[in-house]
Amino acid sequence: MSDIADRVKKIVVEHLGVEEDKVTENASFIDDLGADSLDTVELVMAFEEEFGIEIPDDAAETIQTFGDAVKFITQAS
Amino acid sequence: MFDLTGKCALITGASGGIGGSIAKALHGAGATVGLSGTRVEPLEALAAELGERAHVLPCNLSDKDALEALPKQAAEAMGAVDILVNNAGITRDQLFMRMSDDEWQSVIDVNLTATMRLCRGVMRPMMKARWGRIINISSVVGAIGNPGQANYAASKAGVVGMTKSIAYEVASRGITSNAVAPGFIATAMTEKLTEEQKTAINVKIPAARMGLPEEIAAAVLYLASPEAGYVTGTVLHVNGGMAMV
Repeated sequence: MSDIADRVKKIVVEHLGVEEDKVTENASFIDDLGADSLDTVELVMAFEEEFGIEIPDDAAETIQTFGDAVKFITQAS
Repeated sequence: MFDLTGKCALITGASGGIGGSIAKALHGAGATVGLSGTRVEPLEALAAELGERAHVLPCNLSDKDALEALPKQAAEAMGAVDILVNNAGITRDQLFMRMSDDEWQSVIDVNLTATMRLCRGVMRPMMKARWGRIINISSVVGAIGNPGQANYAASKAGVVGMTKSIAYEVASRGITSNAVAPGFIATAMTEKLTEEQKTAINVKIPAARMGLPEEIAAAVLYLASPEAGYVTGTVLHVNGGMAMV
């Protein structure tokens, strides 16, 4: 697994308090990992900080799964 | 009780009677205060009176860009914004049937939209800090209406709805969002009233007098305190009993 994916996974695990093996490519933050809408906003904030990038609101809305997040951040950074 | 040592508070309309009293009360409890307002002189006079832990942050609340920049400027000057007090407000009274779009819009812009923008501006750092206090100054008029003040009453009622909605969204993050609704308070704004009007008002107040700015400041101090951490989405009416809502 790439470095970016590891770092994203660490943030997700810490923030949502889920088991690491639950955070799979297609795992939806809201449907599978128990996040509420505010959690997803906070995850995006944490990603921005960790990777020193800016994720605009319209892009943030497309980040639904762990895989989406890794893909977006890989392209942005 | 009510120790705000180490907390930083941004107060709008700090050049006015109520805003100045709020700033003094929070400062007196140990907070660092950011004094915002349009008139620089009274802000500087207040800062000089308070001494340390007081920063002057002039801002015209009808200027969108200046408004968006204010939370950042405040955080740079003070280190953070833990407490936001949206106190700035204007009136442009007019009989409703004569009210122009401009009279309506200018009051909505300052009293409601500027309040929204500042709440939005401080939300991200408060979420991260898992602590925050939003205190919006509404008015008794927002709850019971007032002839000649359709615009003002609408803006102040709007503030209440917004304050409660924010409270829902961020309660789980340690942020409280409350409103204080003053009744008639003796300030420059009520000095414009004639003696006859003042007498007519006092008759409707069970306490039989206008309130003091310090009595509003005390309510704000409570809501800003760590002790009020379980109080959110509420409107604290401070009106001498004139409206028991």
